[in-house]
Amino acid sequence: MTAIPLLDVRDLTVEFTTRRGIVRAVEHIDITIAKGETVGIVGESGSGKSVTSYAVMRILDRAGRIAEGSVLFSNIDVASADEDVLRDLRGREISMIFQNPRAALNPIRKVGRQIEDVLLQHVQATHTDATQKTIELLDQVRIAQPRERYHAYPFELSGGMCQRVVIALALACRPQLLIADEPTTGLDVTTQKVVMDLIAELTRERGMSTILITHDLGLAATYCDRVAVMEKGRVVESASARSIFTTPVDRYTRKLMRATPRPGVSLRDLLPEEDAAPATAIVAKFAPKDDRAPLLVVQKLVKEYSRKSLDGFSGVLGKFVRRGPAPEPETFRAVDGVSFTVRRGESVGLVGESGCGKSTTSAMVMRLIDKSAGTIVFDGEDIGEIPPKEFAKLPMRKRIQMVFQDPTDSLNPRFTAARAIADPILRLSEIKGRDAVRARCEELARQVGLPLDLLDRFPHQLSGGQKARVGIARAIALHPELLILDEPTAALDVSVQAVVLNLLQDLKQSLGMSYLFVSHDLNVVRLLCGRVLVMRAGKIVEEGPTERVLVAPEAQYTRDLLAAIPRPNFAPARARPERLTATP
Amino acid sequence: MTDLAPRSLPQSSAAGATFRHARYVISENPVTGVAFGLFVLIVLAAVLGPALVPYDPLASNTDAALKPPSVQHWFGTDQLGRDVFSRVVVAAQLDFFIAVASVALVFVMGGLAGVAAGFFGGWTDRIVGRIADTIMAFPLFVLAMGIVAALGNTVQNIILATAIINFPLYARAARAEANVRREAGFILAARLSGNGELRILLTQILPNIMPIMIVQMSLTMGYAILNAAGLSFIGLGVRPPTAEWGIMVADGAAFMISGEWWIAFFPGAALMTAVFCFNLLGDGLRDIVDPQRRT
Amino acid sequence: MLRMTLKRLLMAVPSLVGVVIVTFLLTRALPGDPAAYFAGPAATKEAIEQIRVSLGLDKPLIIQFGRYLGDLARGDLGNSLTTGQPVGKEIRERLPASAELTLLGLVLSISIAVPLGILAATRPGSLIDHACRVLATAGVSLPVFFTGLILVYVFYYLLGWAPAPLGRLDVFYSPPPQVTGFYLIDSAIARDGELFLASLKQLILPAATLGIFSLAPIARMTRASMLAVLASDFVRTARASGLAPYTVIVTYAFRNAMIPVVTTLGMVFSFLLGANVLVEKVFAWPGIGSFAVEALIASDFAPVQGFVLTMAVMYVALNLMIDILYGLIDPRVRIEA
Repeated sequence: MTAIPLLDVRDLTVEFTTRRGIVRAVEHIDITIAKGETVGIVGESGSGKSVTSYAVMRILDRAGRIAEGSVLFSNIDVASADEDVLRDLRGREISMIFQNPRAALNPIRKVGRQIEDVLLQHVQATHTDATQKTIELLDQVRIAQPRERYHAYPFELSGGMCQRVVIALALACRPQLLIADEPTTGLDVTTQKVVMDLIAELTRERGMSTILITHDLGLAATYCDRVAVMEKGRVVESASARSIFTTPVDRYTRKLMRATPRPGVSLRDLLPEEDAAPATAIVAKFAPKDDRAPLLVVQKLVKEYSRKSLDGFSGVLGKFVRRGPAPEPETFRAVDGVSFTVRRGESVGLVGESGCGKSTTSAMVMRLIDKSAGTIVFDGEDIGEIPPKEFAKLPMRKRIQMVFQDPTDSLNPRFTAARAIADPILRLSEIKGRDAVRARCEELARQVGLPLDLLDRFPHQLSGGQKARVGIARAIALHPELLILDEPTAALDVSVQAVVLNLLQDLKQSLGMSYLFVSHDLNVVRLLCGRVLVMRAGKIVEEGPTERVLVAPEAQYTRDLLAAIPRPNFAPARARPERLTATP
Repeated sequence: MTDLAPRSLPQSSAAGATFRHARYVISENPVTGVAFGLFVLIVLAAVLGPALVPYDPLASNTDAALKPPSVQHWFGTDQLGRDVFSRVVVAAQLDFFIAVASVALVFVMGGLAGVAAGFFGGWTDRIVGRIADTIMAFPLFVLAMGIVAALGNTVQNIILATAIINFPLYARAARAEANVRREAGFILAARLSGNGELRILLTQILPNIMPIMIVQMSLTMGYAILNAAGLSFIGLGVRPPTAEWGIMVADGAAFMISGEWWIAFFPGAALMTAVFCFNLLGDGLRDIVDPQRRT
Repeated sequence: MLRMTLKRLLMAVPSLVGVVIVTFLLTRALPGDPAAYFAGPAATKEAIEQIRVSLGLDKPLIIQFGRYLGDLARGDLGNSLTTGQPVGKEIRERLPASAELTLLGLVLSISIAVPLGILAATRPGSLIDHACRVLATAGVSLPVFFTGLILVYVFYYLLGWAPAPLGRLDVFYSPPPQVTGFYLIDSAIARDGELFLASLKQLILPAATLGIFSLAPIARMTRASMLAVLASDFVRTARASGLAPYTVIVTYAFRNAMIPVVTTLGMVFSFLLGANVLVEKVFAWPGIGSFAVEALIASDFAPVQGFVLTMAVMYVALNLMIDILYGLIDPRVRIEA
């Protein structure tokens, strides 16, 4: 029996009308999906992977259109079909789940009703049995207490639960094809694994085909049968997941593979083969004053917030656990008794999921916010007692600096790159005079690998990687001894991340800095840090040398974190993920 | 959706990019260009008008009273024989002055108060908030009536009253902008670079909110003129025989019903055109400055 | 739900306090001698002295404020010089006239503005969209008194369709028996069809004037809000689920889009209450606006202050109702309260 592909995309070209003329987001791509297959589309930002999926369902923006090619779904050409034919297809034969699940749901409509709407629209239920069917669907996606959750609004549910609802919505009419557009971005690592396993299991049970769109090659290799790699609107390579992961052929795929942080590689290995040479133009090595002496000592650090200023989630979770008034603690401890040390020349990683308190801890060490209790001692001086407003004016300010997570947000949109880098120099250093300051900016630009002609550009004229370099140049401008990096590469493409991580390592060695590297990504921390601290709910649950913690973790939570990292398994028979118990 | 913007070409400055964007917006929306042209015309009328008008706006000539528009009197004459055209042009100066003065006053008062409230928070925020809330508790025109009635029937008081009733709008807009940026990455970075709070407010926050405030100002200019005209219409502020659009409409209202439409029509039309032009200008400026906020 | 309502009520109290304090200060801010102003231009020296004592102007400010509060509590807003009647009584009698006018104007404008805004947002770039945008910008530019005059000129003088702008009813008719004070409702209750039509004829032009005035901000906000909602993620989900266009636009988009529109209504009310005054002058409508204007011309200040206070209190009450309405529509506000 010849296998007619379920989805046959041929020579697809999608154009957008923009201010600067016509832009081709996708050019002449071919993709086929067979029945029951899971295909991954992998690419960095601007590759056109999402646009492809929107074109398959023909839900492009007004400004977009399918310029050439065909999209054949079971004999219907989506590209030229009528809108009412398509409306039948959408939700019933082809479904989609999106990034940012809470925003994908109607905020003022109960989640149960939203699922019912889809069931009724596609005549999969009548008014009498729609509610029952909806509750069954909620149960199938492992939402506990589905009868009560039917009546919930999206803002009352966690991110993971919202994603389950979106999955239930998408699978309600048992479609043949599911398109998952970055379904785990924005979710915690542990939740990511749970959601992906759920999708894999449900689609396998129903014999559905799936398209998984992601920027994470590891994720795609773990969950997909075949993978197509896209770059700048074209498919550069398309093969089985195993081939792509173990023997990539195309130059770009190889670059992507190499740049993905994974066990068993060093920092240098992340760079493309041509660039494996060390970064250029480094100043003479800085000899550390006293090797291994403690630079930063934090003892029993606490940060408390009064409950009134908090979001609804923790309060609402309580609502589901018990009805009626119950004593709630008046304060919330974001950081609950954290102690650690950073020695000179060391690179310490601070790892945890969102909400664990790592960013709050680093903000307190930076003296950007006040602490509630505990001590912070830097090079023998107690800096914890000094209020942030005063600290900004002390000479000590120069010695602790920070690299921020979002390169766009951390640059003043009205300052050129040069002005942004010059800010700390103008305020806190002894360098005076326009020329001297400019010379120093150029020296810094060279150190971080920023081309000099970009110094006079504004942030909106720079790429993500370039903005990250400006942020780093600004941070090292005053020769700080301690540099705190708050997820500095989280917002960057994986290939850019590889370059920036190498840059950070080189700078650390040549300038003799100590690093406190805050991140949620264990693989990245492994590459850069000698010691790692694992945080959860405001407490440090484990600490120790990186290799030991990541290979033989002692705490259960660390084990959970490690297990959640996508791990492609190319054994002959693909192991099934265990059936998960219902999650409250 | 993926990021589609192709890599930018090297730019010389932000101003150059703004100018190109402005040109694009005007070409997309020629009405903005027309509005700009009208604006220039109004400014010219306000500045040069009184020197160029054919008749003395205050000179009455009862023989020529209530004449419809003709070649000698383009807009006709009113019940005292005064040339309506001259009066309309001269009134432009007064109305424009009132609008500019009140907008400038409220920009300084409300803008600074709002920025301080949004940036510093705490008591500053609470006090400014209370003041704004108290003003907003009144229907604004009614409050203006009350203020002018209480303080006295003068043009200065119209300006003051208009500024007061617009205070909450400006304070809120400025506060919102400052608030959004308060914990932005680049502000934290500025603190790390050794900038004090006040310096951050003046050198980093203010320049970033100026575009929004300028848009707000041009939109409120129209409202300020309408407010002043409304107050004059009910007899507050401007007194006869001064030429002001609102009071001219009030004078001509009775005659409208008996058929002498030109006395009230032309000042009213001038009023409408001026306000329309300011609003269009404000919309166009907003599109240039902050495209996400188009209406 | 009840908790939210109570919370909102509590939040309205500071506004009321602020209003009372400000109106009190306005009475004392009169240039020159407040007593002379209240006594009127034709008063004798003894009369002014009497007024001064009766107003308690010789006592410290705090005591004066206390008296003011006491008077307010009894509903005593002072007396009008021109009519000699208590201001409170006059306002009570004239309030229904203004209310009927404003409500009719608002109903007219909402019934046109909201559908217009929705149509404009769902058909971007079309004729309706352009018309809506022009209308919104032009409408906001129209001086309300000018619109009224133009309407009178066209429909009364030129076309003769509308009656003379001389008040709520033609001289030949007498008002219906008082139930609500709203002529339309009262004549309907009295089953007097002719009176109903006569009241309606007088109401049309002034209500249309107010309607045109409030059309623009509502249409503009509806359009902007609909556009934003139609571009949102959850509408994309609804479309990707194949929901019918009607469901997407009405059940998903519209209800969410209405939230900011309801908030805008507060601002619209503020403008309307002000515009009311101007429209009442143009159409010689016997409401509280014209009451205040007539008093102003005669330098009779007690009615003006009573008017400002009444309007402010009404506005606070209206805002309260809007807040509660908002809570009904948006469960996020309701549940987190």
